[in-house]
This record gives sequence, structure tokens and C-alpha cells, in this order.
Amino acid sequence: MSLNYYVLFDLDPIFNIELETLESNYRKIQSESHPDRFVTASAAEKLKSMQLATLANEAYLILKNPANRAKYLLELQGITAISETNTAMPTDFLMQQMEWREMLEDAITAKNIAALENLLSEIQIEAKSLQSSLVKLLDEEKDYVAATAATRKLIFIDKVCADIHRAIEQIEN
Amino acid sequence: MALLQISEPGMSAAPHQHKLAIGIDLGTTNSLVATVKSAMATVLQDEHGHALLPSVVRYMPDGKVVVGHDAQAQQSNDPVNTIASAKRFMGRSLKDIADRAHIPYNFVDSADATKLLQLQTRAGLKTPVEISAEILKTLKMRAEKSLGGELVGAVITVPAYFDDAQRQATKDAARLAGLNVLRLLNEPTAAAVAYGLDNAAEGTFVIYDLGGGTFDVSILKLSKGVFEVLATNGDSALGGDDFDHRIYCWVLDKIRESSSSFKPLGEEDTRLLLTKARQAKEWLTVNHEAQIVCRLSDGTLIDVTLTATKFVELTQQLVIKTLSPTRKAMRDANLALADIKGVVLVGGATRMPQVRHAVEEYFQQTPLTNLDPDKVVALGAAIQANALVGNRSDDNLLLLDVTPLSLGLETMGGLVEKIIPRNSTLPVARAQDFTTYKDGQTAMSIQVVQGERELVADCRSLAHFELRGIPPMAAGAARIRVTFQVDADGLLSVSAREQSSGIEAHVVVKPSYGLTEDEITHMLKSSFGSAEVDKKARMLAEARVSAGAIIGAVSLALARDGNLISAKEKHTIEAEIQRLQTTAKTDDATAINKAIDTLNHATEAFAAARMNASVSRALSGKNLDSINL
Repeated sequence: MSLNYYVLFDLDPIFNIELETLESNYRKIQSESHPDRFVTASAAEKLKSMQLATLANEAYLILKNPANRAKYLLELQGITAISETNTAMPTDFLMQQMEWREMLEDAITAKNIAALENLLSEIQIEAKSLQSSLVKLLDEEKDYVAATAATRKLIFIDKVCADIHRAIEQIEN
Repeated sequence: MALLQISEPGMSAAPHQHKLAIGIDLGTTNSLVATVKSAMATVLQDEHGHALLPSVVRYMPDGKVVVGHDAQAQQSNDPVNTIASAKRFMGRSLKDIADRAHIPYNFVDSADATKLLQLQTRAGLKTPVEISAEILKTLKMRAEKSLGGELVGAVITVPAYFDDAQRQATKDAARLAGLNVLRLLNEPTAAAVAYGLDNAAEGTFVIYDLGGGTFDVSILKLSKGVFEVLATNGDSALGGDDFDHRIYCWVLDKIRESSSSFKPLGEEDTRLLLTKARQAKEWLTVNHEAQIVCRLSDGTLIDVTLTATKFVELTQQLVIKTLSPTRKAMRDANLALADIKGVVLVGGATRMPQVRHAVEEYFQQTPLTNLDPDKVVALGAAIQANALVGNRSDDNLLLLDVTPLSLGLETMGGLVEKIIPRNSTLPVARAQDFTTYKDGQTAMSIQVVQGERELVADCRSLAHFELRGIPPMAAGAARIRVTFQVDADGLLSVSAREQSSGIEAHVVVKPSYGLTEDEITHMLKSSFGSAEVDKKARMLAEARVSAGAIIGAVSLALARDGNLISAKEKHTIEAEIQRLQTTAKTDDATAINKAIDTLNHATEAFAAARMNASVSRALSGKNLDSINL
């Protein structure tokens, strides 16, 4: 990792960041580095500008999203939250996931968009509660083992949500 | 050509000079050019006071090319040589054109149906790129005449939902027209800039842009001069033309009902009836019924009355078709209807009452129509062009746009692996690792696609290249990293690299069926006279302009931030500037371009230092020496 995204955006390396500060610092950096500022500059500056603006976009995407942010914080601690070899999940969470997946399949078969949207809001409640516990685990208790487990749940939830969005889109088509 | 004048390094920079820059709305039906004059964005008119230039090009028997109103007037008389709506065919192959039977042009059948399409005219085979270039040339001349000087460059707008091939085609057309493209700008974003700055708007806005041939919807967050696109969607083959077409089909049905011996229409009658259909559509914007009267070439008299109610019924499906992309954009932006502060209507086709009603019903608010829907895109483009060349002193205007369509690669079984999802903020880069399928495999074929579907066959293929020389290894042992980079124009470049051996393949994606470099050179030649001398003179002129530009840019940078580098580094750069200045006085274009490259290379470290310094300044003194770009 060549650059710490928190350093780039001038933020403390915590989970519970001020999203407004992130956004405003992101915009400040883009104001200075965006290729639109270098249209008449030399090729060398154009290239640097594109690289930095690209990096700022990527960093912003990571820090803006809670699951990605938690995963990134753990990476800074040398912990890989998700790897091909490590996919273990607590049984109760697996059961819940299966339940969600079943509801998703049923709603797709019935082409029921309302049911999909309900499922989405139900899952969002679970996501919010995981985010609150991550504030405690990562910022206060620094319990990285428990934080890793919560982060993995959050990442799986993101995936289910993406699948629901895709299903809604397919039904609408 | 005179070189830019530059003050001595270290001295104060040349006095602030207004640079001439224009914004061009290259539309399906009409095109416009605008500029910023004394801080006001203005649409430039032709000598007859027309702002709109009909996007119609006619190739005359005497070899001349007529563009605009005069060409439009002859559409029905000379349909095969009078091309309208060429934008619909930009970056497209014959197989993309669904209803050729209703388009009165001579498309040329090629053995390869994926090749860029061409039209047979009396001036020979013409591509949509060449036809569009004629429109751009006309607007360029209008601007130069009106502004009385040489243009630094132009911002050209494209539909947000244009794919890579269509964007590349637009850039090629500008190059043929001799325009320096500062930026390709998405039409709804341009409209948002004009609307937002004019009304000091803050909050989340929707731009609903139904033009002659394309539909875009973009959702933007406006805040203190920053225009951030949250999501965009659309249909690059849906527009006002389709509404004309529905009327045209309805009239044909009417004729068939009354006459059993009806024969298919010829090209002239088709064009005539399409024109009548367009006029009826426009008439129905403020009237309850429209009479369509005309006499076909065989003497048949057509006299039918179309009511507004019938027109709404005929076009209901088209209006509904715009709402699906709208819903998708709202979902991608993760917004509820209540989050939308205003809906801005753009494009001539949004004048139709049924379109306004549909938008109002969906968003549950009256759409904003206080800007001329025909001009707002060109005005926004002019504002952005003015900012890009550095004319705005208090620069807080920043546009953060997105890529409209997902970009991916073909993997085993014809499936698409998405690398960059749609609605990613530009510029964006993403890498993905792939591996070999067979033991000892030494080459890998990479197919780049754009679109949302899961099968390669359902997406648009952008490019195809091969990475060769992979060291023979067991299947699955090689690590091939493919990197996609989309620049601020929305154009893609792809590179691939085998990690262990460092073998690299780099392509700037030119669509598989795009114009080759040779084709462009050939077109440039024929448009500037065939003489080799002209080509040389042009190359020399271009090289000198580039030399002047880089000397200007680097000298200014040195004057401002020369303290960021050591005296020795500074001296090296100054020496290279001097060398380029001397070379630029010679007639050797190749040598000038080489000296430009050398100067560029010499300034790499300086460029990085300046970038770090400006970002540090932005975050109040934070030291970012750690950024290793």
C-alpha cells in the first residue's frame, strides 16, 4: 500500500469519521488535482493530475462506504478480513443469510418489487446495527478479532443488497 | 504561425489574456456554438441571425458542401445526398441500425457487418464522422468570424449515455474539423452547469434531456460550484425523431386503409412525409389538431388530420421508455423522490406536453423550464470551455462526472467480468488479475466490452487485443493484471501485464469498427487538398502550436513554483525550454515533437512536486510528500 487514504483526506484513522469532512476534503483535493485544471498544462502534469484524481476517487469510494472503510482499517492493522481461504461465518448469521436468499429467490419468481424493497430495508437495519458495533469495536475497544467478524458480515450484507438491486432492475426490464 | 510570447523565466507571467474558447452542442437535429464574452455565456449566431444550425449536410453536384438551413430545405428534393441526424450513426455499424427501410439514405453493404457504416452520396462514400465534421467546421468558422481570432479549443458535448465508440467518433470528427478538443462534456452535465450557475442552485437536481435522437437522465448534486454527477442513465437511440416516425407510420397506415394499391414510398416521399410529420409534432405542442397535407411524387394527395389525443396515444410507449432509465438512475443514486429539489428539462423534444406531464407525474413536481431547452447545453459547454482555458479567475467550478456504462472483459464461456461499474466517478482506474487456462499457455486474448448484460454477445465489443510472450507455466500459475483507465473525457485505455515477467501490452481502446489512424490521415488529406506539402505544413503548424503551449505552461509553472525543485533541476528544465525554442524556429516537425517529448520528460519530477504542493495547500499545510504517483 503506497498511501494511507486517511492521510490523503487529512482524517484520523478511525471508523466513525465525519462524512462531511471526508466529502469536503475530497472536493478540495479534486479542485486541485482534477484533469480539468490541467487542460493547457504539459503532458507530464496532465498525467500526474489524472493519477492523483484517480487515486482520490478510489480512496473516497473506500472511505465513504462503511464496509469498505472497516475492511480498509483492518488492512492498516495487517488483517485481511476476507480471503479465499477464510470464509468461515457463525452459524446463526449463515442461517439468516440463507433466509434472506430464499426471500430474494421467492420475490424474483413472483416478480414482486415491493417485497424486494421490504427485504432491502430489513437488511439495512441489520447493517446499521453492525456499523454501530464497529464504532465500538474498532475505535474504542480495538477488538480487531470481533471487528473482523462484524466487517465480514457487513461485506456479505453489501453483496446481498447488490443482488437485490440487480433483481429489481431485471424485473423492471 | 506566431509562437506564444513568454516572459523570461522567473519574471512575472504574461498579463492575463482572454483566450478564445467555445462550447459546441453537436445535436442530432440542431447544433449550436456558444462562448463566454465579458463574463456572459452567449450563443453565437450566423450572418442571418440564426442561432440553431440544422444538423443537415448536403453534398452538391459541383463538389461543394452545404450545411444547415439551405441543406435542410432541399432534404425532400435530394434525400440521398442530404444527410440529417448523422449523430444517430456515430460509432455505429450497419447491424446497429434497426429500421434501415425507413431511413432514406444509401447505406453501403459491407462484407463485414461490424465495420463502421458508410453512406453512398454523390461525393462518394461518407462516414457519419465526416458528415459531423462538416457541421463542426461550419460552427468553427462561425465562431472565428464572430470572435475575430484563433480558437484555443472547444468543449464538445455528447449524450451522457454515449458509449466509448460514439465518444471516440465525436473526437475524430472534431479532429477532422481542425478543432482542438479541450474536453468531451456530457450534455446533461453541461445543462446543469448553465442552469445551476444561472440560478445559484444548491441541492440535488435531475436533468431530463430528450433530444432529437438521444435520451439522457442525470442526477447531480450541486454545491458551491461543484457539480457532482451521482448517477446517469439513458437510451442513445431514443429521441424526438422517433416521435416523428410514429406519426409517419400512422400516416402510412391511413393511406393503406384508403388505397389498396399503395406501393412502398421512394426516398423523396419518405423524406417529405417525415418532414411533414415533424411539423405536425411541433404544431401539436400548442394546438389540438394538425393537418398533414402533401402530394406524393406519383400524384397521390395525402390529407389527414392528427389530433393531439391521437398523437399522445401513438407516442405513449416512447414516453414510458424514458421513465425506465429515470428509475434506474434514481435507484443507482440511492435517492427518494423527496430528495429531488428540481427537475430541469433539456432538449427540444421536452416541449411536447405529454413528455412534460409524464415527468411531472413521476417526480411529483412541476419541471423547471425557465431556460431555453435548445440552448442550455451549448451555454454550459461554453462556460466549461472558458474555465478549462483558465479565463475564470475565481475558479471554484468543478465538474465530477461518471462513466455511464459498465466496462468489462470476456472470460471463459462468453461471460462478462465487470471491471469498472457504471456511475463510477471519472477519472477511474481498476485492475483485475487473470490467469491461464492451459499448461504452457503463452498468449492470452483480451476482449473489452461495455454494457450491463452478463453475456459478451449482449454487450458492445470495444476492442480486442493479445498479450503474447507469457512464460510457459502450469495452468493457473501466471498472474496477468489487466488495468482499465477511463479519463475525464470518458475514454478508455487498457493495459495488461504479466506480473512475473513484466511483459506489457497497452492499448488505447479504439473501437473494433472505429476509424484507423490511416483512415483519419487520408480524410484529413482529402479535406485539406491532396498535396503532400499541405500535410507537411499542417504537421509543422501543429508541432509549433504544441511547442508554444508547453513552453508557456512550463514557464508559468516555473515562475510560480520554481522553488519546489533544486537550482540544478530548474536549470535543466530551462535549458530544455531554450532548446525547444530554437528547434521550433526550424521547419522540422519531427525534431520539434522530439524536443517537446524531451522537455516533457525533464519536467516529470517537477510536475509531481507541484501536484503534491497544491494538494497540501488545499488541505491547509498537510504534507503529502508520501504520495508516490
